[in-house]
Amino acid sequence: MINLIDRRLNGRNKSAANRERFLRRYKEQIRRSVQDMVTERSITDMERGGEVSIPARDIAEPQFHMGPGGDRERVHPGNREFQKGDAIARPESGGGGAGGSQPGSGESVDDFVFSLSRDEFLDLFFDDLELPRLLRTSLGQAKRHKWTNAGFVSEGAPCNLSVSRTLKTALGRRIALSGQVRRQIDQTERRLELALLAQESDEAIRTSVANEARAAAEAGRIIAPSRDIDAPATFEASEASKVLTAELDRLRDRLRRVPFLDELDLRYRNRVAVPAPVSRAVMFCLMDVSASMDEARKDLAKRFFTLLYLFLTRKYERVELVFIRHTDNAEEVDEKTFFNDPKSGGTVVYTALELAHQVATERYGGGDWNVYLAQASDGDAFGADAGKSARFLADCLLPLARYFAYIEVRSADDRRASSLWAGYEALDADNFAMRHVGERSEIYPVFRELFSKEAA
Amino acid sequence: MSLQAQPISTGSDWTFDLIERYEAEIRVCAGEFGLDTYPNQIEVITSEQMLDAYASTGLPIGYQHWSYGKQFIANEQSYRKGQQGLAYEIVINSNPCIAYLMEENSMMMQALVIAHASYGHNSFFKGNYLFRQWTHADGILDYLNFARRYVMDCEERYGVIAVEETLDSCHALMNQGVHRYRRPAPLSAKAELERIDARREHARMRYNDLWRTVPGAAAIASSGAQGVFPAEPEENILYFVEKYSPKLEPWQREIVRIVRKLAQYFYPQGQTKVMNEGWATFWHYTLLNRLYDKGLVTDGFMVEFLQSHTNVVTQRGFDERGYSGMNPYALGFAMMQDLRRICEHPEPEDRRWFPDIAGGDWMKVLDFAMRNFKDESFIGQYLSPKLIREFHLFAVADHQSNSHLEIDSIHDDAGYARVRRLLAEQNKRDTILPDIQVSRYERDGDRSLVLQHQRLRDRALDTAEAREVLRHLARLWGFRVKLEAVNETGRVLDYLECVP
Repeated sequence: MINLIDRRLNGRNKSAANRERFLRRYKEQIRRSVQDMVTERSITDMERGGEVSIPARDIAEPQFHMGPGGDRERVHPGNREFQKGDAIARPESGGGGAGGSQPGSGESVDDFVFSLSRDEFLDLFFDDLELPRLLRTSLGQAKRHKWTNAGFVSEGAPCNLSVSRTLKTALGRRIALSGQVRRQIDQTERRLELALLAQESDEAIRTSVANEARAAAEAGRIIAPSRDIDAPATFEASEASKVLTAELDRLRDRLRRVPFLDELDLRYRNRVAVPAPVSRAVMFCLMDVSASMDEARKDLAKRFFTLLYLFLTRKYERVELVFIRHTDNAEEVDEKTFFNDPKSGGTVVYTALELAHQVATERYGGGDWNVYLAQASDGDAFGADAGKSARFLADCLLPLARYFAYIEVRSADDRRASSLWAGYEALDADNFAMRHVGERSEIYPVFRELFSKEAA
Repeated sequence: MSLQAQPISTGSDWTFDLIERYEAEIRVCAGEFGLDTYPNQIEVITSEQMLDAYASTGLPIGYQHWSYGKQFIANEQSYRKGQQGLAYEIVINSNPCIAYLMEENSMMMQALVIAHASYGHNSFFKGNYLFRQWTHADGILDYLNFARRYVMDCEERYGVIAVEETLDSCHALMNQGVHRYRRPAPLSAKAELERIDARREHARMRYNDLWRTVPGAAAIASSGAQGVFPAEPEENILYFVEKYSPKLEPWQREIVRIVRKLAQYFYPQGQTKVMNEGWATFWHYTLLNRLYDKGLVTDGFMVEFLQSHTNVVTQRGFDERGYSGMNPYALGFAMMQDLRRICEHPEPEDRRWFPDIAGGDWMKVLDFAMRNFKDESFIGQYLSPKLIREFHLFAVADHQSNSHLEIDSIHDDAGYARVRRLLAEQNKRDTILPDIQVSRYERDGDRSLVLQHQRLRDRALDTAEAREVLRHLARLWGFRVKLEAVNETGRVLDYLECVP
């Protein structure tokens, strides 16, 4: 009568499709929420999921409900001191009265909060652009090598001998080579046993046994001819046992000749050298924080820096960040100050480059670090600053760096060449790239473009 | 049978073998009490799958819709945070009756769920008149499959967004999508498909390219037959939309129909919460105690069982933390237990209140109650003064003419009958949901649709939400939609209007 079914292996994510529909539908709200998160979070913190909250009103499913007003009675449990006719002050509206079994009264007016997975978060963060998985291995040439295991081979240095693997192979070979012989030995032993039994039987009974056997054989021929007893065999038992013993010796000898260990069995651990990247990288974020860089531009810059950071973390085991902001003089600051602390003043790019150079040589010198530099600015530079900066970049900074990326953040319609842009334009180095970014959606394409030179 | 039987198991781990043995023993006990059930199908699932099942209103198969995703996310969220445990069970009113067991549960919980769902709920589904009258346990799984496939098919043809919009609008009107007085035709996926084909075939046969060329085709003289249509108000708004909406595409009509059928399927569930849960709780309590009496379960099992059982049937007072209205499990279980007590150990008070059942055969009385009542009538009939006292029930009157709330009645001699009537009223679908019906369709005029909300005791609708719902209705209807609020005398007090 009972039908017990194990459904545990059935599809688990039946609701995944519905969940995805929900995200699609409320993309706008979710995106807004992600936006807030981005401004709150630090760059290193960006690569994880997050809690998103959507105003409950936005996702409510409307139904006809009774509103307040009118006459009604409700029954509640747990009376302690009330008597009929007592008057109670009306509770403040908004609490929804004292609850009840009405459908919908259980819905809270709080925001609908839920978490996004890391991928979902990043998708929204980059405005539904695919993450740069393609580029993962393409940035830069690795200079170091690392030895790693790469299976087993049959030739190698004795120090690399893998004992367990060798014995395993030997065992397999022995089983394969001796199987048939063992089977034959078994059979022969059984036959020999029978022969010996027959031989042991008494000489006196032997004749009668033989007669009986002959009679039985004649009778059996009618009933069961297959169970014929070979009577003369008993007479030749001793002869047969001799033959069988000899056969057994021969077989055992063959078995002995299968070696316990053969040269074929030897297995050596295979070690190969694979190119490994230097596992440490440092990323310099340089940003102009003069008054002309407003929140929107800073936000663009932040996204760019974040993207680069995410990118580097995929490639390097450890990535350090150095934040250098500048107006007319440069200073190294922590991330919070970098993005949130306003500072006013002019714009001298050169100071920032100089500081970056100083930090790079002092703290990250010696070739152990991959140095990446990313600069964001609106491009304003006064007088000789642009030319000086470009020269300094070419002479001192670029030789140190794996890559230098410059993005100029400015509104889309403003395409006149800035002074810094003009200065940098003259540079011609493999590890230097620069682009304009006007809108958030442009960040990723620009990013791809910036690094395509190296990817090619 | 021997009273010194060995316990079926002692540890808390379950195996398929043990589940079968427990089920067999529970079945024997259920047989002793004469429970009549559909055949059982028990499915073991993981907690994730339970979350999945939750999201689709407990149905094993459902069409895809964002609202289920929202539900899923909300459940998952609170489950992960530990704010909410998963319900013990989900049981589906189908034939065979499907109950889910969660992998993570202990053997005791599995036995509890089997007794609760596979025997308690199952027999209720099979016996209660509302379920017998309004649902078709045999066809539901088939129909759900059909619905899912049909919706997916539409998404492919007409786009996900278009289908989603239609579904949203239908969902908004789901509560107004049931027939309360007419028995629906049995659900059959095959018949549905045939009907759709027939509709398509009809359109194909009627198609005549010539009509396109007739000049002024739009100017078809109106028949002139004036009068109110529909002649009688129609309570099932979705039904009316499906049949008469001037603008809906055929596939949209089908979707309206699917949502309407589902609403109808859930119609009895909402009206028998107290009874259904009370009945199932009563039976898991009775059946597992019977197992204990037979010596088939250990003391440890019973202690664990009583702990979860007590959690389920806790009723918090109105001023305690976590109070959220009457707990249907608590009330239902107490009432079922009380019925048994009235039969077995009646007191003079019970003889006065329930002369026909006091001292009777409790199994017959309970069976009768289960079969022939819904929450409203069940409470109205069987809530005893003793329970009113135990729950310390009291009624609060909230009248708009009065600046204060007033205690209407409490658990005393003068109040028993009134508290009971009010609690019954409170569990009546018709007082919970507003009474909204289609009153006019200007077929020959501007094709607008007029709904009327019969205001009861001056209780108005939540206007902001009603406006949203009207917007959905207007989308389905395609022309102006108007919602009038009328009082008992039929005078129009107020109206809302929405143009698509």
